[in-house]
Formats: sequence, structure tokens, C-alpha cells
Amino acid sequence: MAAGVATWMPFARAAAVGWLPLAQQTMPKPPVDKTSRSDEILFVNVSGLRFQTWKNTLDRYPDTLLGSSEKEFFYNEETQEYFFDRDPEMFRHILNFFRTGKLHYPRHECIQAFEEELAFYGIIPEIIGDCCMEEYRDRKKENQERLAEDTEAENAGDAPLPPDATLRDKLWRAFENPHTSTMALVFYYVTGFFIAVSVIANVVETVPCRPLKGSVKDLPCGEKFSVAFSCLDTACVLIFSCEYLMRLYAAPSRCDFARSVMSVIDVVAILPFYIGLVMPENEEVSGAFVTLRVFRVFRIFKFSRHSQGLRILGCTLQACASELGFLLFSLTMAVIIFATVMFYAEKGTKGTTFSSIPASFWYTIVTMTTLGYGDMVPDSIAGKIFGSICSLSGVLVIALPVPVIVSNFARIYHQNQRADKMRAQQKVRQARIRMAKKGATNAFLQHKEDGGLQGGDSDSTALCVKNRSAFEHQHHHLLQCLEKTTNHEFTDEVTYSEVCMMDSVGFRTSRSTSLSSQQGATTTCCSRRSKRRAIRLANSTVSVSRGSVQELATLHITKTPVGTQYPQSRSNLNARTEDLKLNCDDYTAAIISIPTPPANTPDESLPNSPAIPGILRNSRSSTYNTQETVKISSL
Amino acid sequence: MGFQIQGMELFAIGVVMIMFVAVLKGFGILEPMSSFEDSSDSDLELSTVRHQPEGLDQLQVQTKFTKKELQSLYRGFKNECPSGLVDEETFKTIYSQFFPQGDATTYAHFLFNAFDMDRNGSIRFEDFVIGLSVLLRGSVTEKLNWAFNLYDINKDGYITKEEMLAIMKSIYDMMGRYTYPSVRDEAPSEHVDKFFQKMDRNRDGVVTIEEFIETCQKDENIMNSMQLFENVL
Repeated sequence: MAAGVATWMPFARAAAVGWLPLAQQTMPKPPVDKTSRSDEILFVNVSGLRFQTWKNTLDRYPDTLLGSSEKEFFYNEETQEYFFDRDPEMFRHILNFFRTGKLHYPRHECIQAFEEELAFYGIIPEIIGDCCMEEYRDRKKENQERLAEDTEAENAGDAPLPPDATLRDKLWRAFENPHTSTMALVFYYVTGFFIAVSVIANVVETVPCRPLKGSVKDLPCGEKFSVAFSCLDTACVLIFSCEYLMRLYAAPSRCDFARSVMSVIDVVAILPFYIGLVMPENEEVSGAFVTLRVFRVFRIFKFSRHSQGLRILGCTLQACASELGFLLFSLTMAVIIFATVMFYAEKGTKGTTFSSIPASFWYTIVTMTTLGYGDMVPDSIAGKIFGSICSLSGVLVIALPVPVIVSNFARIYHQNQRADKMRAQQKVRQARIRMAKKGATNAFLQHKEDGGLQGGDSDSTALCVKNRSAFEHQHHHLLQCLEKTTNHEFTDEVTYSEVCMMDSVGFRTSRSTSLSSQQGATTTCCSRRSKRRAIRLANSTVSVSRGSVQELATLHITKTPVGTQYPQSRSNLNARTEDLKLNCDDYTAAIISIPTPPANTPDESLPNSPAIPGILRNSRSSTYNTQETVKISSL
Repeated sequence: MGFQIQGMELFAIGVVMIMFVAVLKGFGILEPMSSFEDSSDSDLELSTVRHQPEGLDQLQVQTKFTKKELQSLYRGFKNECPSGLVDEETFKTIYSQFFPQGDATTYAHFLFNAFDMDRNGSIRFEDFVIGLSVLLRGSVTEKLNWAFNLYDINKDGYITKEEMLAIMKSIYDMMGRYTYPSVRDEAPSEHVDKFFQKMDRNRDGVVTIEEFIETCQKDENIMNSMQLFENVL
């Protein structure tokens, strides 16, 4: 209920005295109001800014935080006030809402921040007053569009493909994002080139060339060099058809793809050729055939895949559809009116060109758009008067919707600019996030390595505590609990990948002790990160299928009870006797995609390890070819 | 050829003249002709009259509220009606919010008249608070007086059957359509008949203030229920 209603409630109840003499039954007892009735001033401290208000004011809206008993959670006994650790500037608006019953949106504030504050205080944004509602909605829409772009950019195929991508997925990605691989780029440029060639050929073949010997008339080049042009046309169409079929094959959803605008354009571009092949060469049909050739010009729209500007234009026109519709409608109305008037005005004139109202349409349009060809000119005075009114009004009618369209175009264009910038920034952001995550993991692993777990050497632990904050302690403890729960241990990518490398090629590291050389490859996978660790492993039975690298599946990592007295190594990977098949595509790809290790983690002493990871790490741009890496590792 | 004015040309000339006049008007060149009409326009809008209530002390004398209560009441009142006056429309809107199912406007009209003692079409804070004082802190007799005043629409000292019927209908209107059992059309008049049977001692078809108070004082239910709303404020 609104604020006012709460204020008037005592009055309404008092007025009920008027019903009492009329009542046919006894009245119910009134509710007992336990709370103190006297109004008091409450103190609300928001980040140091002290607000005071009547308790009644806050009680007006009992389903908000301040109006309900929820605020008791924030009550500070010593200072006798309610303390909120929130933005004091925003709180002003919140409190004004309680006071006046109207919520206003501060224009200079970020809309997200405002909404978060509203959510905190339990106020729904829908009650924003009419005065500010439009601004709020506009900003909100803008914000949502921006966020949608962000997520779209994230989901865009810039992320590396999962290694189990089929040919189809790869192909589709190559088509959608040409800058991901060289082949795709080449394909992109080739198709662009052929589109250009096809369009230019279409244009050039109508240019008059010098006539053949013995003839006088100028011939269009198309007929003079008909063989050359038809070969060119056939080649282009073949290429376009191939491209279309490949896209169709690669599309994840063929129905959606077939219905998309670009595919329709593709079809329209190549269809005339095939129809021409099918149709017989008789007279009446060739007229239609000529018309079909017109559609060849739609090939130029295929450029919109290559040009962002065209896409923006298309988007704009789509977005402005209603304004364009209005423009068209108003123009049509005006045209009909003026055409009728002109027709009747000129009816009396002898030999007038305004032979009918539809004929006058042409005059009206030409005049309203201020073209003024002069092929139809009014003679009578009335006709001239109306003609001048027509041209004046034409200027106005056309000028009105244009600014709307222009502003829409500007908005969409800027959005696209922003989207590009966003994408570039996103990459940086993601890299930073990844580094931070790695940093955290590495810190934890380092902590374990330093024997923080077993509390072994008191000296070493003292040294290693270093600058770890209470937060980090708790975090590490949490991760340890998780490890104990699942009976697994955390490790990092490199170690994991090394393990796989070793296992996949049966590589036995000299560092790993206690290699039980049984039949088949039984190695112990162990961490080889730093020399100072004594690596002892308990039951280490790993049997690795010696199959070719290509048959790779997931690595099963289980741990037998770790009942050793030695400090654990970083990654204790014991596998059971079942066959291990490794999927090394992940890690090789993962290795290659690791950015340069952050300098702040102290344990990246990788150069000690054999050259393998180093080489792998440097070969970033190579294709994810497991054969290659296997070869390297067998050095 | 003479100068022939054909139909279309006449029309054309007519259109041109109209446009000419319109343009002139727009530019204000035709001002002198239209100065009699509201040329002053509504640029100046006199702001609504603001009403200040009587002093706190005076109100304390007139009503039975404490200072704090009066302060609290005024704060609420002023918040809702910054101009200090409640007109009938606003009053109806406010009262209707309490009875969303039915139509409370008619009863609100009667209520408004009961509060607006000087019949000037708006309720000031004094009227409001004096009325409340009677209803909440007054003696039983005062409350009954107030109720009688409410029922007596034309304030002539007598409640006729028509007046009572109007009041009763407005009360039943507040119930709305969805009631159990449904309100029959005869219900208000039956209720009125019952009321008159009880109240009208001398069967003269009207209820006077003395009959009313006498009867109510004899009715235990009514007397008990008068204490109901003591603790509202």
C-alpha cells in the first residue's frame, strides 16, 4: 500500500464509528498493538553519513528492509543507531522514497549500482516515479544491450576449440571467424575476390565494345566475348556453389542456417545460373531468363560477410523499420492527396500530361522529393498553386523522419565500435583472470610443497609462512579439506601434462624412483618440478596402454591410500591396473596455450625439467598436432 | 479569353487564403483581432492556496490529543496534503484505497460532509483533528452525536428514511459484488426498516437526535462497541 494509506489508516478506523449504530452483529475486537505508539526519531548511519528520520516514515513500507524488522540486524547497540555499510549518496534517494512515496532515479549514477542498492533495501525498481521512469528504462536497455554484446563476444568463437571438435565444427569455425586460421583467411579472401570479379564482369559485359568486323553497330562486350564471359560466370557460380554447400554441411543447425539472410542471398546469387541451364532456349522463356540475370547483381550482397559496415547499415535499416514505415506511409498519403488534386486541377487543360490520377503520382513524387524532372508540368493556375504547395510540403514530410533514422544509425554504429573495443579488452581481461587463478592455485600448491600440510620441519614452515594472509590460510585449509574429502590432490597443468607425455610414450624419467619395470609400461607418474623434493611413492602401479597416441581417452586418476611417512609430492598419480588411455590432446593444447608464467609465483622453476615442456611451451602457434609433439619428446 | 475562374481555381485560392491567415496568426500579426479572447493565456497560474492550521496550543485546547499526537498527526497530514487542505476528490481517493473491492465514493462523500463542518468544500487540518478527537477520545454521547450528524445528510436534525437509505446503500456499496451471501437489492432497505423500527419511537417516520441517543444508550451492543476504537492512535 502506498505511504498515504498508512497515514490515513487511523482516520479510516476512527470513521468506522459511523457504522456502529447500524451494525446488526457485534463488532470484532480490535487488534492489540504491542509496539509503542509514540513516534520516535531513528538514527541511520550509512558509511558515516548520519540520517535521522521518524520511525513512522520507515514503517510506511513494511516489506522493505528499513520498514521491517530486518533492520534490527544492523542495529548497533553502542551507538544506538542502524549502521549500513553502503553508499551514502544512494541512500539519500532511498530515504526520499520513504519520505515522499516516490522513487527517483539519479541520472548521474550507474544503473547497475542503483539497482543493487534497491535490491539491498528491498525496493522494487518498478515503483520509480513517472518522472524518472523513462530515463531509467532507457539506461537499463542500453546497459542490457552492452552486456549482451559482452556475453556474445565471449561466446563468439574466439575461444579455442575443444580438442574433440569434428571436421564440421572446425569448418564452421573457419567460416565464421576467418582470422582463426590461415586456411580460413585464404578462403575468405578468395571468395571476396571472386565476388568482386563476378560483379565487375556483370557490369562490364554490358559496356559497348567495338563492333565485329563488317558490322556497324556497337556491340556490348558480353556478346563480343561471350565465351570468355560465360566461362567466368560459370567459374564464379561453381565457386559460390561449393562455398554454399560447404557452409551448409558445416552449419551446426542446417535449418537455421538455411533460413538466415546470408544463405538466402547466396542462393539467390547462384540460382539464376542453374535455372538458365535448365530452361530451354526458346523465345518466350528467354525473356524471363533475361530478367533472372538481374538477380545476379545480388551477389554484391555477399560482400556483407566481408564488410562490417554493410552489416551495420542493414542493422540500422532493420532497427529503423518503424520510422521508415512511417515515412513511407505519410509519403503515400501525401502523394495520393496531391495527385488527386493535381489531376482535377489540370483536367481542364488541353493536351495535359496529367491523364489520370496514377499518372499524377509520378508528378507528385518527383515534385515532393524536389527532383523536378519537368516531364510533367502543370499549366493552369490552380495546378501551379497546388504544385507549389506540394513541393513545399514534400520537403517537410521527408525531412521529419530522417533525424530519427540518423540517430538510430549513430547509435548502432557506436555500439559496434564499442563491441570491437570490448572484444579487445575482454582478451586482456581473460588473460589477467587466468593468471590470477593460476596464481592462486600455484600459491596453494607451493604451500603444500613447503610442507605446510604435515607441519614437518618447524624451521621450514616458519620460513614459508612469509606473507600469507589470514584469508589465504583459510583458503588453503579449505582446499586441503576438499582434497581429503575426495581423496585426490590438486595439481597443475604442466605436471599433469608431463605425466601424460611420459605415459603416452612410455617415457621413463630418470628422476622417478622406484620404477617397477614390469611387463608393459608401468611407470610412476610423479612430479618433477623441483629437485629438492624426495619423491617416494607408495604403490605405484601404472599400466599404460601402449597404443598409439591417437587412441586417447580420459586419464583415470585414483589414489591408493597414502600412508607414507614422506612428505607428499605435488602430484601423486597412481593409477589402478586398468588400462589407462590418455587424452593428450587436451594437455598438449593446454601447454601450448599457457601464457608466460607469472613472475610472482616462486615455484616456476621449470627450466630444470627436461627441455620438453620448454619446447612445447614455445611452440605456441603450431597446430595442435600430437604427432609433432610426440616426436619432440622422443628426443 | 476572359479571366475565367473555374471551380478548382476557386478552391485553390480559398486554400491559399486560409493558409495565409493561419501563418499570420501564428506570427501574432493578427493580434489586435483576437485580443478579447484569453490572450493572457495560462502562462500565469496562480499557485494553489496554502492553508496554515491554528497554533498547536489552540488545537490542544480544542481537542483531547496530546502535543505529540497532534504533531504526529500533522506530519502525516502535511505529507499527504502539502497545501494543507483536502478536497473532496482527494478524500474519496484516499478512502477508496481502503476498500478496493467495492465502491466507497458515495460513503466517502457523506463522510466528507461530516468532517467538513463549515461546509466550505475542503477539510482543513483543524476539521480533521477535531473530528478525530471526537471519534477517538470523545464521550459516548459525543460519538453518537457525530454518527447522527453523519446520517443526517441535510443537517436538519432529522434522519428521514430516504437519508438513511442513501447511507445504507453507500455502505453496502463498499462491500462490492463478491460477498457471501450475495447482497440482494432489498438488503439495504430491509436494514433501514429494521433501523427505523428500533430507533423511531414515535413512529413519525423520522428519527430525531434524542430518539437516536436514547435508543443507542439502551442497546448494550452499541454501547460496548463504542469503546472499540479507543486505541487507534
